[in-house]
Amino acid sequence: MNIFVLLKRTFDTEEKISIANGVINEDGAEFIINPYDEYAVEEAIQIRDDHGGEVTVLTVGNEDAEKQLRTALAMGADKAVLINIEDDVEYSDQYTTAKIIAEYLKDKEVDLIIAGNVAIDNASGQVGPRVADLLDIPYITTITNLTIDGKNVSVVRDVEGDEEKIETTLPLLVTAQQGLNDPRYPSLPGIMKAKKKPLATLELDDLDLEEEDVEAKTKTIEIYLPQQKQAGKLLTGEIEEQVKELVSLLHTEAKVI
Amino acid sequence: MARKVLVFGEVKEGSLRNVSFEAIAAGKTIAEGGEVVGVLVGDAVAQLADHFFHYGADRVVVVEHEKLNHYTSDGYSQALLAVVNEEKPEGIVFGHTSLGKDLSPKLASKLDAGLISDAISVEAVGGNIVFTRPIYSGKAFEKKIVTSGIIFATIRPNNITPLVKDEAHTGEVTTIAVDIKDLRTIIKEVVRKTSEGVDLTEAKVVIAGGRGLKSADGFKPLQELADVLGGAVGASRGACDAGYCDYSLQIGQTGKVVTPDLYIAVGISGAIQHLAGMSNSKVIVAINKDPEANIFNIADYGIVGDLFEVLPILIEEMKSLKVKA
Repeated sequence: MNIFVLLKRTFDTEEKISIANGVINEDGAEFIINPYDEYAVEEAIQIRDDHGGEVTVLTVGNEDAEKQLRTALAMGADKAVLINIEDDVEYSDQYTTAKIIAEYLKDKEVDLIIAGNVAIDNASGQVGPRVADLLDIPYITTITNLTIDGKNVSVVRDVEGDEEKIETTLPLLVTAQQGLNDPRYPSLPGIMKAKKKPLATLELDDLDLEEEDVEAKTKTIEIYLPQQKQAGKLLTGEIEEQVKELVSLLHTEAKVI
Repeated sequence: MARKVLVFGEVKEGSLRNVSFEAIAAGKTIAEGGEVVGVLVGDAVAQLADHFFHYGADRVVVVEHEKLNHYTSDGYSQALLAVVNEEKPEGIVFGHTSLGKDLSPKLASKLDAGLISDAISVEAVGGNIVFTRPIYSGKAFEKKIVTSGIIFATIRPNNITPLVKDEAHTGEVTTIAVDIKDLRTIIKEVVRKTSEGVDLTEAKVVIAGGRGLKSADGFKPLQELADVLGGAVGASRGACDAGYCDYSLQIGQTGKVVTPDLYIAVGISGAIQHLAGMSNSKVIVAINKDPEANIFNIADYGIVGDLFEVLPILIEEMKSLKVKA
């Protein structure tokens, strides 16, 4: 079983966001593997352990993402690939990323691709389905269970809280929803081993791609922070009085009920 | 510049979802005076065309096929592609729902197009169509434009106001015949886990519970309050992890993002990951016994007190308000 995991380096969920020179300020921020991609890594490792084969974690980004790739290797992935576009691509969007990933994967033997269903930074959720389309393989998003039997695959998909039980076949791309598994922490021996595992770095040239081939179709023209909320009203008095006042305020002042 | 815009009509339990009416309003902005065409896909959906017209669609295109009775990305993308080839639109709008998130990237890929996902507003500014969307879980926002090809976007439910309903408005309905082939994913069963009624992401009122509710039983009054207000129940991750409720209710950075008119947080401390899922709600009420709880920093109204004492009174007060109204 040849399994590829699409992984993204993102801000830590605890990080506060600030803007410098019109872009999100990354100075001093902590970065992590996108939480949904952690489920993807864990699932890939478990499937490999059950069915044999190899797990390759793949990211598009810059050299800083090596750290997250090493973490995935420490969790148990076998190989990592970084497609470094820092010098080649000025503006990128999901079209760009998907094209690059599909170009890398198109001549590989691919049985299963697992991605997170969304990245917590840009939150578009596009790259997985786009890659599947470019490779002309089926995909199922937001999965919470995956069972493989030979070429046959049974999947449980979360649809806004309801479940769809779906059958399909390999090769396949799935995107992970929370609840798929409990991602492991890298063990100390895992971290030691990860240092010796292969991590290849490629650039657009290596994929025979030019910048024009992957030119973004969309552009961000402004980034801004939400307005600070004014301090709210803390009610006082006996609980019963507070509740009565609250209901009255919601009705007459906020006009939401 | 007048544009022709397709708006995908999402059908759930035999009706068009609200977000599809919101999508028409977005479509009107993108069209800048051009035609907004509603698209209905399914096995028997043509009778819903009137609803599309009432909310402003100029024309409706219907694709019906027995293999479209349930959503699959293969089936629906074939149907939509046929419509796009026939209509040659300059804009496409979907709701940013489970279906919209699943289907729109595939369609965008097939059309070699960009896609702006999860927009909360759309404006026409000097010839450009500018979308605003939350990034970093609502900790920041970006304004985005399409630079080449079709203007394709998904819109977040509850953020764009639909046009005023006009039951006299009507238009032409055309049908496109499509031969749906080769579905590579087969849906064997749909297991309903959410309660009947109000969808959490589309609800105007959300009552959310946290660890402070202490048990699954603790959640019951929340449902009662939600029923009184016509809202839906949500939860913090802590409450889901503790087994008080299903993960389908989870609101936050992982979980659902909601922007109701009224969000009542009950026994939720307000971890930054939870705020990411609800901080853009229009009015936030916090009920918590800890006056230092972070949730009070973003609440419009706060009650410091024992939620088990507060909830029964709140339910009764809301009931009597509803009776008066």
